Formats: sequence, structure tokens, C-alpha cells
Amino acid sequence: MTKYVIRRLLQMIPVLIGATFLIFAMVFALPGDPTANKCGERPCPAEYVKKFEEEHNLNDPLPIQYAKYMGKLAKGDFGTSFREIPVKDELSERYVVTAKLATIAILFETVLGIFAGVLAGIRKGKFIDNLVLLSTLFVISIPIFVIGYVAQFLLGVKWRIFPVTVNANATGLDSWWQLLLPGLVLGSVSVAYVARLTRTNLVENLRADYVRTAKAKGLTTSRTIGLHALRNSLIPVVTFIGADFGALLGGAIVTEQIFNIQGVGGYIFSGIHNRDGVVVVGAVTVLILVYLLVNLLVDILYGVLDPRISHD
Amino acid sequence: MSTISTRRGNRAEAAAAPSKYQPQDGLLLEVDDLFVEFHTDDGVAKAINGVSFDLRQGETLAILGESGSGKSVTAQAIMGILDMPPAKIPAGQVRYCGHDLLTMPEDERRKTRGPEISMIFQDALSSLNPVFPVGWQIAEMFRKHRGLNKSESLDRAVRLMERVQIPAAKERVKAYPHQFSGGMRQRIMIAMAIALDPAVLIADEPTTALDVTVQAQIMSLLEELQQEREMGLILITHDLGVVADVADKIAVMYAGRIVERADVYDIYARPGHPYTRGLLDSIPRLDQKGQTLSAIGGLPPNLTKIPAGCAFNPRCRMADHVCRTDLPPLREVEPGRESACHFAEEVLRG
Ligand SMILES: Nc1ncnc2c1ncn2[C@@H]1O[C@H](COP(=O)(O)OP(=O)(O)O)[C@@H](O)[C@H]1O
Ligand SMILES: [Mg+2]
Repeated sequence: MTKYVIRRLLQMIPVLIGATFLIFAMVFALPGDPTANKCGERPCPAEYVKKFEEEHNLNDPLPIQYAKYMGKLAKGDFGTSFREIPVKDELSERYVVTAKLATIAILFETVLGIFAGVLAGIRKGKFIDNLVLLSTLFVISIPIFVIGYVAQFLLGVKWRIFPVTVNANATGLDSWWQLLLPGLVLGSVSVAYVARLTRTNLVENLRADYVRTAKAKGLTTSRTIGLHALRNSLIPVVTFIGADFGALLGGAIVTEQIFNIQGVGGYIFSGIHNRDGVVVVGAVTVLILVYLLVNLLVDILYGVLDPRISHD
Repeated sequence: MSTISTRRGNRAEAAAAPSKYQPQDGLLLEVDDLFVEFHTDDGVAKAINGVSFDLRQGETLAILGESGSGKSVTAQAIMGILDMPPAKIPAGQVRYCGHDLLTMPEDERRKTRGPEISMIFQDALSSLNPVFPVGWQIAEMFRKHRGLNKSESLDRAVRLMERVQIPAAKERVKAYPHQFSGGMRQRIMIAMAIALDPAVLIADEPTTALDVTVQAQIMSLLEELQQEREMGLILITHDLGVVADVADKIAVMYAGRIVERADVYDIYARPGHPYTRGLLDSIPRLDQKGQTLSAIGGLPPNLTKIPAGCAFNPRCRMADHVCRTDLPPLREVEPGRESACHFAEEVLRG
């Protein structure tokens, strides 16, 4: 197991280098003046341009630029954005928000998705099963910005149950409360997928021979279904949820926009919009790293859940 | 059976109070005119059509028949593990020690599975839960039926694994099913099934998935356990060769009916039904080496459209007019021999 983890961590290095180099090349090698718009309407003074070029090693060949940049990054120096705010500070602030949002969405999809999936699976073909299948299809087929705006309008504006937007300065419990509705919106599509995945797997496992054995052992129906069949059915579901968590930690541009959330997604989006290469490359590098780590955790979890998978 | 003692009087393993089910004169199980049908989109499949038999303490009954003849459905109806729907039991009784299992409250019946009647299946790999250690799966019987704690029940599991001759049982108690060979897995199934010292054990093709040498080992283990515990054993098979040494009586099934029943050596020596004869002819015999096997021609009937008269008549060389109109009842054709053939006497004459 330790060997496996070490091997996987080593495998991450080329992936990380390759992916970040690609991003770096795309952002910094694109034609155009990197100092455009940096000094308002006017072109920047020559001195400033020179300083900027030196700071970012713009006169070196691209691989050298990249190596120098990554060297700084490894030391924790993320540089500053156009607005002269350290990227590291803003990124870590925004990461807290994104992580909270992702946590709410994941909890929502796990609890409601599995619950609905189990309900549908054990009543296959009955009313509740059709209800779950139909409503999840509905959610899957609506674009998330529609769900977001409708939820914001109805629950936030009209009925005033939830805050309409998120206040960047909120802390503690208040920030969780403000992120609740956006989190539910963000998790809504995954709820549908989790429910369907749970249902399909449960239906299949209920027909399995070992479920027949569990009955023949004189176990109660709730133990037969709730432990023997469900334990097997949840293996792919947990894997899906884990991968989804990794994806959600990359930010949620649409949901962040709708609810005015200062998350990672919007940060990268505005970075691209402003051609702020320092922001984009720094943030994306962290995203890639997080994504790779979460995926490693999911794979380890998969081996724990299914003893037939060997990591040796 | 010299003495029909109270069950579980003398074995240390059985920590339970004497069962409330006590056999009368050694009679454990009475299946009485049992019918099972499956309601599917293709119509009603009449899988079991009036099956009756008894099982006594220490007795081994083999149920023999081609695939699809209703052996497994019979076993699952006795166990009460058929999915209903699609299955339906329109008529019949299954009495265990005089109590009708089919009309018993479900929770009461559930508690008979394991301590009273137990079952093992053909494919031990798929019949064991892949995500739980084998010891845990055996121990579950003690925890759920006897209320033993984790370590006590695991101790029992190790002892059972030793009893069914799994090497290094103590070290392997935490291993998972896929880490064992096919024969060892079937031993684990057996350990689980006999854990609570049941009076009846049903083995549904327990060796079909195994190599020939392993088959023989599993059969002799079953025989040994059955004699040690005076169990009533129902051995389901499609291969008479596998059970001939172990079984006392044989019931031959065709299209959901018992078509012949007799002692194993009588059937082996002189079958009393053309179908049985066909089955026997399809077993390779040492004294007929090199000869082609004369399997029965044709296929078993579609259970949604069982032919009128004798269900076997389209495949029977002896079939006559009466076979296409009248259903032959299972009748005693010689002392201790029953056959459901209009021409049973002729068949017996050879
Ligand atoms: N779940 C089911 N749904 C529909 N039909 C079934 C089902 N299980 C069994 N049957 C029917 O019952 C017949 C007998 O099956 P089975 O008892 O398994 O045969 P075997 O003698 O090979 O064990 C099958 O041919 C099939 O038509
Ligand atoms: Mg079968």
C-alpha cells in the first residue's frame, strides 16, 4: 500500500509538470502585450514594462521562464496580481469559500442521492421509483444556471427563505448559511446522478447470489438489503462522489457568478478575462495538484471499499 | 437410526436451548403437493406442479433432473427465499416438524433459516459476499441468531473452518472469498450452513462448479457431516454419478414433477421411467468406454406450455396415445418404487 502511494505520487510529477507547462505556455506565450491594460487607458511607461519583463523573465526562452516560475512557486512565491494583491493570499481566501461550497454540495448529493436511490431501488417499478427516475431526469436535463437563477429568485427573492447573494465578509456559521442555497444548486445535478447510480447498482445487487445467501442465512430483510446488498452497491457511488468532490474543488464558475461568491472559479475566470497570467497559472497549478491528490485518495478508498482491488 | 434422540442433546458446539421444533419419529420435512409458478411477461411458467416427498433424520435424498426441471425452485420454496413476485405458490404445504412453513408468520419462518433448515449453493464465489471476510460471514450466523459477541462468534467461525478442513483456518479467517480456491470456498459455504447445527441441509448442485477430484472431497465432507449430525440432507444434482455413493433415495424430476422415486441402487440397476433411463444412459461408464453417450433427444418443455398428458411424451421413444392425453400419476409400481409412467412395468422389465 505504501509502495502504491509512493508510486502514484511519483507518477504525479510528470503529469503536474506537463499540465502546468501547457497552461504556462498558453498564457505567457500567446501573442499580445502582457502589460496591455495594466496602466489604465495609456500604454505603460517603458520603465515599468522593463521592470515587468525582468520580474517575469519575459526575455528568457519559454522553458527557462517556466523553470524559473515553477522554482518560485515551489518556494511558495505565487507573485502578485495586476491589482498588486499577492496571489497566494487571495487564492487561499477563495479556496476556503470554494471548499465550503463543495462540502455543502457533496453532503447534499451524498445524503439525498443515496436516500432517493435506495428508495427507488428497493421499490423498482413502483411509483416512488418512477418518481425518482423522472425527477432526476428533469434535473439532469436543465442547465445549472437555470436551476440557479430559479432557486435564487424563488427561495431568495420571492419567499425570502435564503439570502439572495453571498457576502464576501461573512464568517463562521453565517458564511455556511449564506453558501447553503448555492451549495444545494451546485449539488443538484450530482444528486440526480448519485440517485440513479445507487438505484441501478442496488437493483443489480439485489439479484446477486450472495443476497440470496443472506436470505438463506435467516437475516432480516433490512440487514440483507441495508448491509449486504447496499455495501456492494455503494462502491461505485462513493467513487463517483469522490471524483465529483475533486471536480468541485476546482471552483464553480456559473454558481459563483449567480450568487456573487468569491470562489476559485471566478478568480480564474477573471484572471483569464484580464489576461492576468500570474493569477491563472498559479491558481490552475494548485487546482491540478488538488485534483490529482483527491483522485489518489479516491483510488485508495476504492481499494479499501472493494477488497478484490489490490494496490500491491 | 437406532435412537431418535432429542436433537442437539449431545453436541458441545450447539450452545442453544433445545429447539422448539422436534421431529416426530424422525420425520423432519414433508413437502405436500407443492406448486410454484412464475408470473412473467411471457406468461405463467409452471415450474413446480405437485411435488411431494418426505425427509427423515439422517436420510439423504437426491433430487435428480436436467437443468430447468425445477430442482432449485423446489429447494428455494422450502427455504422460503423465492422472490414473490414473480414466484407464486398457489397450493401445497411444506411442513417442518409438523409446522407448515408456508403459512407461518414471516419473522418466525426467517428464524428457521440457519438453525433449522440451511442451504448451500452451486457457485460459492458468487454466493459469498465479496466485500466481507469469510470468518465474518460465518460468524454472522452466531451474532444474529445466537446473540454472541464478535470475538466469541469469530472463535466459532475458526472452529467451523477447521471442521470443514480449511488449512490454517486461524490465519485465514480474515481473508476474503476471492482469496480461496473453489473447493475451499465451497467448504466455507458449508461451514456457514452447518454453523447453527441445522436439522435439514439442502445442497443445490454443491460440486457442479468444481474439478472432479475436488467434487469427491466435497461430497465426502457432506456425507461425513451428515452422519456426524444426523442431518436430513437434500442433494440436488443433474449428475447421478456424483451422488450415487452418498444418497439413500433418489427423486427424479421432470418439468416440475417427480417422475420416479426409489432407493439409489434400485434406480441405478433398473430404472422405472424412460426419462431416468435416458439420464442413466448419458453417464459415462467405465464398462462402456469408447461408446457414444446416448443422451435424451429433444429439449425439456417450455414451462408456460407444458404438453398435455405426460410432459415427457414428445421426447419418449415409448410414448403411446395414452401418454398424450392422460397425465400418469406417481404410483407404487413395485414395493419401495414409484414411477409416473403409464408403462412403468414394461420399463422395469427392460
Ligand atoms: N426468477 C424466475 N423467473 C421466472 N422463471 C423462473 C425463475 N426461476 C426459475 N424459473 C423457471 O423455473 C424453471 C425451473 O428452474 P430451476 O428450479 O432453477 O431448474 P433446475 O432444475 O435447473 O434447478 C426454469 O426453467 C424457469 O423457467
Ligand atoms: Mg438449479
